[in-house]
Amino acid sequence: MIGRVATGPGAAPVPRIAAALPARRRRAAGRRLVETAQAGAWWVLSVGMVVAVWEAAAALKLIDPVILPPPHEFIGEIRNQAQFLMPAVGVERTGANFVALTAIAASLQRVLLGLFLAFVAGVCTGGLAFYFGIVRKLTLPTVTLLAPIAPVAWIPLAIVAFGIGDWSAIFVVFVGIYFTLTLATVKAMTNVERVYLDAARVLGARRPQVMFYVVLPASIPALFDLVRMNLFGAWMGVLAAEMVGVNTGLGAIVMVGRQMMNMNLTFLGMAMIGLVGYLLDAAFGQVQRRVLWWRRATEI
Amino acid sequence: MDGTLACVGLTKVWNEGTDREVAALSDIDVEVRAGEFLVVIGPSGCGKSTLLKLLAGLESPTAGALLHHGQPITGPHVDRSLIFQQPSLYPWLSARDNVAFGLKLQGVGRKERRRRADEFLRQVGLREFASKLPHELSGGMQQRVAIARALCVGAEILLMDEPFAALDVQTRYQMQTFLLDIWRGSGKTVVFVTHHIDEAVYLADRVVVLTARPGRVLDSVPIDMPRPRSVIGPEFERYRAHFVERLRAEVARAFEEQELVEMLDTRIK
Repeated sequence: MIGRVATGPGAAPVPRIAAALPARRRRAAGRRLVETAQAGAWWVLSVGMVVAVWEAAAALKLIDPVILPPPHEFIGEIRNQAQFLMPAVGVERTGANFVALTAIAASLQRVLLGLFLAFVAGVCTGGLAFYFGIVRKLTLPTVTLLAPIAPVAWIPLAIVAFGIGDWSAIFVVFVGIYFTLTLATVKAMTNVERVYLDAARVLGARRPQVMFYVVLPASIPALFDLVRMNLFGAWMGVLAAEMVGVNTGLGAIVMVGRQMMNMNLTFLGMAMIGLVGYLLDAAFGQVQRRVLWWRRATEI
Repeated sequence: MDGTLACVGLTKVWNEGTDREVAALSDIDVEVRAGEFLVVIGPSGCGKSTLLKLLAGLESPTAGALLHHGQPITGPHVDRSLIFQQPSLYPWLSARDNVAFGLKLQGVGRKERRRRADEFLRQVGLREFASKLPHELSGGMQQRVAIARALCVGAEILLMDEPFAALDVQTRYQMQTFLLDIWRGSGKTVVFVTHHIDEAVYLADRVVVLTARPGRVLDSVPIDMPRPRSVIGPEFERYRAHFVERLRAEVARAFEEQELVEMLDTRIK
């Protein structure tokens, strides 16, 4: 990964070093390529091993393919999905594979919107609580009580309040992360290094300026870390909501599979859940790298 | 009281009124002349850094007064800039934006900020590193950027809290020479805190020695040597010997006290 910092203008200031740079950078790029390839190879090997054992067990009839269908079978299920999922997913029929994509899109959209709203609201509330003593004293005790309630525990309320649909799932994600993030924001802002605040003050910063120019940027990395840690929690929250009440999206696919005793469908859903969750995390890592340009890649 | 900076009977007690009360400074009288290079030395924990924080206006004294041009110091002011021992540049800002940070606070326009920041970066010899981030600079370079940042807001007094303590010996020499150049070229007043005797004798117009905690003024010695100074030679040795002697006695006293305190602590536990 070539960071933004290394490619920016003025990257080659001193001529003597500049001359040596292209060769060094090429070598570094080569090394990174090899490392990526090695990591990829291990990845394939690791997944391949599980798949091989599973397939072998199925072929030798050691496991019942109806309950535990081997990967090639449930992946082949993609071809049939539309007919199973059409009524459940409640989207227009546009082609067999497209339905899976729609389910993924529905789940992703919910989790991302929920995360985004929770991030904005959490940072705002936390920021206010950090800045104004009275807000802190009024809100933090309640927030501390609500934070440990797992996203899943909010599902019944969500369904009663928002009915069956997108907003119910979005609410579950939002509420599952909002309180934690509010607390984390206050903590991250309190933990900003004293020397950064002092430096701003001797340079003539007033309190609001210290808040916007120092405290906020200095605490963003910690907040991003926290969002990323809660990413899987939010993802689970959405899926759980989809399983029990929302009736669309990836969570619903898994449930429909169970209800119809079509384990192929269930496993296909599970595979997609795992894959999409993994990609979500990887994508967020990339976002962190771009937004937090001043942190070295190893810290993310 | 026509000195640039003056402390009169300055006393600072941390956590006053609690059971963790620590007397940091006691009855300090120091006057700093305009354009003077004053170095404060003392055993560690003698309140040297506290003195600078008070002068910067980041903390307020428990008793006594701090004056700047005869006016009491009530808070930080761009005229008095503090340069810290630990890295204090904002890691998310380029060297240029760090230097221009104070101007941004004052609402100076982007173009003007850039122009002035680049000018000060040139003065500290880092013009071509303007768009680098702090972590891409060496420790010495980072401190030079921090100095440029203080100069850029037009600070008339530079308060420096062991700014070169974290640097290796070679870099430290370079930075000392560099600082003297800046000082001579600009006519700024410098209050420089260190625990390094050589550094003090090499840099100072005058050296103030503080006692171990609570810090009191033990000695105030003008260094009467022409510049540029050589760190070898009988004159330098004479000053060094004087301060070593002074500090050794103090450190021994502080150490005994510390041991006594620790012994009592373990007894109580």
